[in-house]
Amino acid sequence: MATIILFAPLIGAIIAGFGWKWIGETAAQWLTTGLLFLSCLLSWVIFLSFDGVTQHIEILRWIQSGSLDTSWAIRLDRLTAIMLIVVTTVSALVHLYSFGYMAHDENFGEQGTYKARFFAYLSLFTFAMLMLVTADNLVQMFFGWEGVGLASYLLIGFYYRKPSASAAAIKAFVVNRVGDFGFALGIFGLFYLTDSIRMDDVFAAAPKLATTDLHFLWTTWNAANLLGVLLFIGAMGKSAQLFLHTWLPDAMEGPTPVSALIHAATMVTAGVFLVCRMSPLMEYAPQAKEMILWIGGATAFFAATIGLVQNDIKRVIAYSTCSQLGYMFVAAGAGVYGAAMFHLLTHAFFKAMLFLGAGSVIHAMHHEQDMRNYGGLRKKIPFTFWAMMIGTLAITGVGIPFSKEIFGLPIGFAGFLSKDAIIESAWASGSGFAFWTLVIAAAFTAFYSWRLMFMTFYGPQKGNAHTHDHAHESPLNMLIPLGVLAIGAAFSGMVWYNSFFGDHAKMTAFFAMPETHEAASAEGGAKAETTAETTAEAPAAALQGAIFMGPDNHVLETAHEAPTWVKISPFIAMLAGFLLAFQMYIRRPDLPAKLAEAQRPLYLFLLNKWYFDEIYDFVFVRPVKALGRFLWKEGDGKIIDGGINGVALGIVPYLTRLAGRAQSGYIFTYAFAMVLGITAILTWISITGVISLGGAQ
Amino acid sequence: MMSADLTIVLPEILLALYAMLALLGAVYTGKDDTASLLTWLTGGVFVLLAIWIGTTGGDRVTAFDGMFIADGFARFAKVTILLSAAAVLVMSQGYMERRGLLRFEYPILVALAVVGMMVMVSAGDLMALYMGLELQSLALYVVASLRRDSVKSTEAGLKYFILGALSSGLLLYGASLTYGFAGTTLFSGIIAATQGGVSLGLLFGLVFLISGFAFKVSAAPFHMWTPDVYEGSPTPVTAFFATAPKVAAMGLFARVVFDAFGGVVGEWQQIVAFLSVVSMFLGAIAAIGQTNIKRLMAYSSIAHMGFALMGLAAGSAFGVQAMLIYLAIYVTMNIGTFAFIMAMEKDGRPVVEIKALSLYSKREPLRALAMLVLLFSLAGVPPMVGFFGKFYVLRAAYDANLGWLAVAGVIASVIGAFYYLRIVYYMYFGAETEALDGRMSPVLWTALMGSAAIMVFGVVNLFGIEPLAAAAAATLVH
Repeated sequence: MATIILFAPLIGAIIAGFGWKWIGETAAQWLTTGLLFLSCLLSWVIFLSFDGVTQHIEILRWIQSGSLDTSWAIRLDRLTAIMLIVVTTVSALVHLYSFGYMAHDENFGEQGTYKARFFAYLSLFTFAMLMLVTADNLVQMFFGWEGVGLASYLLIGFYYRKPSASAAAIKAFVVNRVGDFGFALGIFGLFYLTDSIRMDDVFAAAPKLATTDLHFLWTTWNAANLLGVLLFIGAMGKSAQLFLHTWLPDAMEGPTPVSALIHAATMVTAGVFLVCRMSPLMEYAPQAKEMILWIGGATAFFAATIGLVQNDIKRVIAYSTCSQLGYMFVAAGAGVYGAAMFHLLTHAFFKAMLFLGAGSVIHAMHHEQDMRNYGGLRKKIPFTFWAMMIGTLAITGVGIPFSKEIFGLPIGFAGFLSKDAIIESAWASGSGFAFWTLVIAAAFTAFYSWRLMFMTFYGPQKGNAHTHDHAHESPLNMLIPLGVLAIGAAFSGMVWYNSFFGDHAKMTAFFAMPETHEAASAEGGAKAETTAETTAEAPAAALQGAIFMGPDNHVLETAHEAPTWVKISPFIAMLAGFLLAFQMYIRRPDLPAKLAEAQRPLYLFLLNKWYFDEIYDFVFVRPVKALGRFLWKEGDGKIIDGGINGVALGIVPYLTRLAGRAQSGYIFTYAFAMVLGITAILTWISITGVISLGGAQ
Repeated sequence: MMSADLTIVLPEILLALYAMLALLGAVYTGKDDTASLLTWLTGGVFVLLAIWIGTTGGDRVTAFDGMFIADGFARFAKVTILLSAAAVLVMSQGYMERRGLLRFEYPILVALAVVGMMVMVSAGDLMALYMGLELQSLALYVVASLRRDSVKSTEAGLKYFILGALSSGLLLYGASLTYGFAGTTLFSGIIAATQGGVSLGLLFGLVFLISGFAFKVSAAPFHMWTPDVYEGSPTPVTAFFATAPKVAAMGLFARVVFDAFGGVVGEWQQIVAFLSVVSMFLGAIAAIGQTNIKRLMAYSSIAHMGFALMGLAAGSAFGVQAMLIYLAIYVTMNIGTFAFIMAMEKDGRPVVEIKALSLYSKREPLRALAMLVLLFSLAGVPPMVGFFGKFYVLRAAYDANLGWLAVAGVIASVIGAFYYLRIVYYMYFGAETEALDGRMSPVLWTALMGSAAIMVFGVVNLFGIEPLAAAAAATLVH
């Protein structure tokens, strides 16, 4: 069944991509979409019936070289199952949504045939992403990792006639390359130290790695920490974390369904997935976790600040994505991988929906993306408005505080539960930085989300009146995905809260986590002797579960017992953000402009995204370009080309003429040449022969 | 004892008998009217002999007290010689008949030359060597000047004869020196005499011997006859020169340096390497200036012999294997290429100017494509089979610590690629000129297409030639 899930999108992509001329564009669209829904259905079957025991489904033997023996296999555990439903659900809905969204695209004109290509890319992406999440070894994962990078490149640059789209695609590819380099180094390092790239072997060796030292870059490192950091660098690139985030906003050049699928719900979460997947290693790499915590918190805060002032509707959501990914990393860095995966799941629903909703707005407004030209769309596109409203309620984290304590079950939109879980984990990890950045970011999140809502759907109509007159609700095939995702955004949090985070016993069963953790943590220090015993067995047991939490990792329990003010703080932050947005965009619409004027440097700083692009351009891009130009003009052009041309056009023809002249046609010349030749050889032989003979005697 | 010896040389005896009987028969019957039949018949005899030799015989056996050696190496060389000679012979029939050149002596002379070649590769003694060599050479001198009424053809024959005589003199001088210092003409005796090191006199003998061989394989600087003879001879004769005798001479070369001087590899290795590098570069560079495709092929064969010598220079079993593979590939490529050249004509007259091929692809796309494949293969462009030939010799040289030779070979092949590609350029992009109008006889067409197809499909496993060559090399190099 997992094999069908995995290969159905590939088959769709191949047939649609190479065969659409024979089967027609419409058939290609239906085929890819149909196969995706099949995958989606099977994924849900697997997810709901999964018993938590890790399975390995071997597909083919792959690489055999030296001590490297790798099979192409599917690793099916809880993490994979979660990712399967996330990827296939969003992908299937995006396929469906694209029927409407891509129906008429002025970028390709009337005659342009692009739909089959678009669907083929979408399916190809889905295949690569599934490859990534089902990988049983690191190289296979790297294959999927690069595959999604490729698909992302193709889809960002889908409007290849637009220079900005091409530039964005290249930027995404190159920036990801930096992260991939770290990931690749991490894989090399793991293979170097454990002599295997199979996950099970690597996980089993993790405790040993923690006590191994590795010499790298002129200094000695703790192996587990170094490898954790390297793998995290890979994750940073893919998940657009601070310093490697610059590609994500630009990636919005791609069609909106792509943004929803790749740059919100699935691919960008691959980094979080990687960290969670490598949890058995990360648990032994405290400094790497510390770094993840810091980077995650910083990203969450930084991206949220930029989101406050952006005007392009997709960019606001893009920075929001960046910020939410920061949340997930904080959870992973704190060691509460369940919470990270929980937020990943809920975020996939509500962020995909926000993007698709934004797409619906853009579609209605004839591809206008500037929010300053929106306003008052509530009546024109009511269904989209309500879907977006649910998405906003979810992302800002609206819910009833303490409902778990009062009613026995948590009540709230998806984001309320998952985000609060992360913030509690951040507090429990003891990192004040992470906790406070997340709380402030939560306020910012509420502010920019409501700002988006207010600017788009409320207030007077702005911008081109003609466009507003023609604004229309999107077709049904775009609205159905919105509806489905809205259900997910509303209820997914409540349904799975206990499994992912809330209830320790359920969580243990859900992820099939090793019992050792239970034993060690339940009674704390009281059972010191048993802890010592079980620690030794921990790695073996860790192989069973999807995620692993070290015996001394008590963050989860601490988070559950967080004080009241911690539990209420995200709610207050959310409320503050909402009220501020309400004040600034509904009651006093003149306030934002005044504030921007008063705090102009700060405003520009945020509007220009902390000047990251400019700094990178100055520090990296230009020197490299200059070096490249130098090597091209001087090195390649003058030295290599000049040398080759000199030899080819000067020396060789000269020798050719010489040889032609020697070929005089007279026998005596020929005989003379022979005699010269034999004389030369004899002379040579006499000299060297005498020497060697003399030496022999 | 005598009968055992005769059994071993039975193929050679039969072929010689066949040649003499055919001569007698033709003289007393229809003379030149029988020529066509004789050509085909001789080709058939070659093929039959090749099958016989190829399928029988086992371990190394010697006849006449070691003067004649029949081993795997000789078998491999003989099969290659016989098959290529047969192919060239049947290819030439139509061409020569249309130009009134097909005399009944031609197939007989070729048969006698082939007898000589077979003796050469099986020689176990300096005298047997010389006998085979001269039998081959004398027959070739005659066929070179087959077109008696053409100044160029007679000039070619005469030049070949005089220079050949000079080289024979050098060879004989070397043989006598060797005999003088080793006390025997038997290879087995010579190798015994070099057991405790080699004297300078013996080295001189070796140098002269090698010069003689170098002349036969047309290795620089003993190559000067090649362009003139290739140009002057009728094209089928040129095709013959470029194929079987080269294999025979290389086989002889390898036979002598390993069977007689195998104990002093280091001494002749440098000479062979020198010949190799000079041939490769001269062949590559001088060919650039040529406008006549036959002269061009002459230089091409010089360069290719340089590569084959590189395998020999390695001085190892793998080197000999590489050389044999290279020769087999080279012969196959040349058969196809010469089939193409033989079909180049206009108003019934042969055309040899390269420029005449301009835009050939427009008129004859399939033939042009086949020629393109062959030229790419000759240039050693992957994935054609020709590349693998070069790859083997380069690897052999590299493995034998002759890295510099391998590097030189690569550079030479880059230079050489120029003139092959120039023909391709003319065929596909040249300026419009007067068109060639030659149709192609089915035999030539088959040879061209077959050869090109082998160059493409051989990449799979080289048609299993690799283990055969390895087995052959193993019998020569112990």
